[in-house]
Amino acid sequence: MTAGRMTAGLGELLRLALRRDRIMLPIWIYALIGSVVSTLVSIRRLYPDDASREQLAQSINGNPSLRTLYGPVYDAHSVGALTAWRILPFGGLMIGLLCVLLITRHTRAEEESGRLELIGAGAVGRSAPLAAALGTALTACVTVALAVPLLMTAFGEDAAGSFALGLAYAGVGLVFAGAAALAAQVTGTARAANGIGGALLGLAYVLRATGDASGSSGPEWLVWLSPLGWAERVRPYRDNAWWLPALMLAAFVVQVAGAYLLADRRDLGSGLLPQRPGPPAGAPSLRSAYVLGLRLQRGSLYGWTAGFLAAGLVFGGISQGIRQLLQGSGSAQQLLERMGGTHGAVDSYLSTMVSTFGMVAAVYAVQTVLRLRGEETGGRAEPVLATGVARLTWAWSHLVYPLLGSAVLLLAAGLGLGLGTGAVLGDLGGWTWRLLGAALVQLPAVWVFAGAAVALFGLLPRWTAAAWGIVGVLLFIAYLGPLLSAGQWVLDLTPFTHVPRLPGGTVTLQPLLWLTLVTVALGGAGLAGLRRRDLG
Amino acid sequence: MAMSMSPAVSVSGLVKTFGRTRALDGLELSVARGEVHGFLGPNGAGKSTTIRVLLGLIRADSGTVRLLDGDPWRDSVALHRRLAHVPGDVTLWRNLTGGEVIDLLGRLRGGLNPDRRAELLERFELDPTKKGNAYSKGNRQKVALVAAFASDAELLILDEPTSGLDPLMEEVFRGCVAEGRDRGRTVLLSSHVLSEVEALCDRVSIIRAGRTVESGSLAALRHLTRTSIEAELGDAPQGLDRLPGLHGVDLGQGDGGGVHLRCQVDTDRLDALLRVLSAAGVRTLTSRPPTLEELFLRHYEQPAESAPQGVTS
Repeated sequence: MTAGRMTAGLGELLRLALRRDRIMLPIWIYALIGSVVSTLVSIRRLYPDDASREQLAQSINGNPSLRTLYGPVYDAHSVGALTAWRILPFGGLMIGLLCVLLITRHTRAEEESGRLELIGAGAVGRSAPLAAALGTALTACVTVALAVPLLMTAFGEDAAGSFALGLAYAGVGLVFAGAAALAAQVTGTARAANGIGGALLGLAYVLRATGDASGSSGPEWLVWLSPLGWAERVRPYRDNAWWLPALMLAAFVVQVAGAYLLADRRDLGSGLLPQRPGPPAGAPSLRSAYVLGLRLQRGSLYGWTAGFLAAGLVFGGISQGIRQLLQGSGSAQQLLERMGGTHGAVDSYLSTMVSTFGMVAAVYAVQTVLRLRGEETGGRAEPVLATGVARLTWAWSHLVYPLLGSAVLLLAAGLGLGLGTGAVLGDLGGWTWRLLGAALVQLPAVWVFAGAAVALFGLLPRWTAAAWGIVGVLLFIAYLGPLLSAGQWVLDLTPFTHVPRLPGGTVTLQPLLWLTLVTVALGGAGLAGLRRRDLG
Repeated sequence: MAMSMSPAVSVSGLVKTFGRTRALDGLELSVARGEVHGFLGPNGAGKSTTIRVLLGLIRADSGTVRLLDGDPWRDSVALHRRLAHVPGDVTLWRNLTGGEVIDLLGRLRGGLNPDRRAELLERFELDPTKKGNAYSKGNRQKVALVAAFASDAELLILDEPTSGLDPLMEEVFRGCVAEGRDRGRTVLLSSHVLSEVEALCDRVSIIRAGRTVESGSLAALRHLTRTSIEAELGDAPQGLDRLPGLHGVDLGQGDGGGVHLRCQVDTDRLDALLRVLSAAGVRTLTSRPPTLEELFLRHYEQPAESAPQGVTS
């Protein structure tokens, strides 16, 4: 086939994809762009002069815990540079996530559902479906790459720096779009493709965070293994390292070429990994909805737990040296306390980490609740519910995971943090117990997210996916709110504000009980709705 | 039987709306115990919606629904232990094998007969070691069929169960339904395929746009149907234009110098037509039972096509 024939129908497919995303995509793009502008405005307001910015830079750069979260400040004199520093680690993660979700949704998910076969039988070239998926991701990235510099220059920032920022931001999206295109060829399911994409995003974040935290005295080179690190090292408004966006574009092209190569070598509907036959009969234990729930949820639980344990070990391991680095840096101490820690630099760093793990666990909690909706709309709930399984039993067979699976994740993170910290600071047992406890205290806050998702699922099933919007908004507030000095009432919206800061703080039961009560109310309303509503 | 009792399924005045769509509009359905009941209707007529109400998956807006003397919404769990359901579009979990799904569904229903399970796997030629996403549509259908037939459920609710099955497997399916009936089970069989319904069902209900338009025994229904006839005759048939119940007659030159006839005949007039044809000397004869479409066309377009059409020669 000629190139033209290979991509026949691309225009129609791209229009179809954009039409399917006509609500989700603009919201994402608006959030990605809007967060840049709002960050710029708050930095101008909060740090109006060079002196205050200089102080901010000192406090961040002297503090591994804040460098872990946000990366080092590389230029305190430019508001643009501060905006880029603030937005790229988190915004990069978000645009990367968007691109992974977009690519999977329009490639592997379509193939899995059989819709791609319907389309593939039409006058559509073999390369067109992947190209259309890449087209939607490109649409998002190009919009961001153009809108960000336009707005930043409109707000009076330097044009070259603004373009560098736009390219660095969009570049992260491109790299992960390429990775997702590859993952979609290798795996057999959309879930697995998204899982690979999510794991790569997490890895990129951990590499960047570890490199930034250790600074020049440690393995700073880890930053260069992460696309998020590349974006950070563009250093818009100061270095404007144009070669890095070019590198990201090259990574995109290479990965897409690889994806096409793989696509040529496999059949429609299959992944690269071959299917192995399984047991011809169900094990004697396979006799209840709960065992089915375990079979469906355990893979993701194992993956998340391993990720939490590994990240915990890494972040625990770099707590080394925090004590020395912080000595004599009063402003860092101050800012750290604003971040929530109360006693001791290491405690403060660890409590920030524990809280971050809690927020990520909220993503797991929502994902596992949404599995219920996936089973329902996928027609796999019906055969179970047409047997002697009550609706609530079916629901609980999955809700075990947001409730208790989240606890497993948090304990894994606490264990990792404790072992990592204990290994470098001594007192292995003491640190491990403290951090296990600190991690588990996050659980009621995580539950609130699960409760909200259950409420949507039971009462407004068509809007179940809006749970992701809740997660996005609340995590955005929790992550950036404290540094942007958002009003206390805004911070109070997120459950994590109410959790005791541990290790180091005092445990107060009252907020935990309140959070649990909110969860019970939301979850109860959702389950009551589920009992009454139509299924399917 | 001593307990010849209330019907297995009894639906009356059933209404279900989805937004502004009235999916079921006063539907009536009665399935006696021990019978195989055909549930016919075109796409979108409301067959699956009715079945979902019977399974307690969706709630009726109004009307009365009784299933095995229970309320399908309130008593769903207890009722589900006594029935087996095969959906028209079976989706399986991709990380469970077919064999695991069969066992799981059977056990969730309260157990299944291992001997019958083994026998059914053999008869349906189903490989139980494949993972859910490796099966074709027909094979996914077989997984659900084996799970249903291997159970001891007293009521089988089958929603277009043979879609995707090849003719050989359809034959196996028919055997299984017949055996089920012999064991005294009640079967509600929703279908498009009239030949399947004719082969299996004692009574049928035909629905259209959420309403029951016809319900009764097949013999009664056949009166409403037409059989398609194609024949090669030695001579031109005499008196064809005087026969009542003849439609769409097309007479022409046959290949072997004879006369070629194509027509449709009301099934209760078949005998009279055959007399006329055999008088003209039949060389070949094909008769085809009416398809569901023809039945519907006949049923719904009755006023438009009641008079026999002119004979051309």
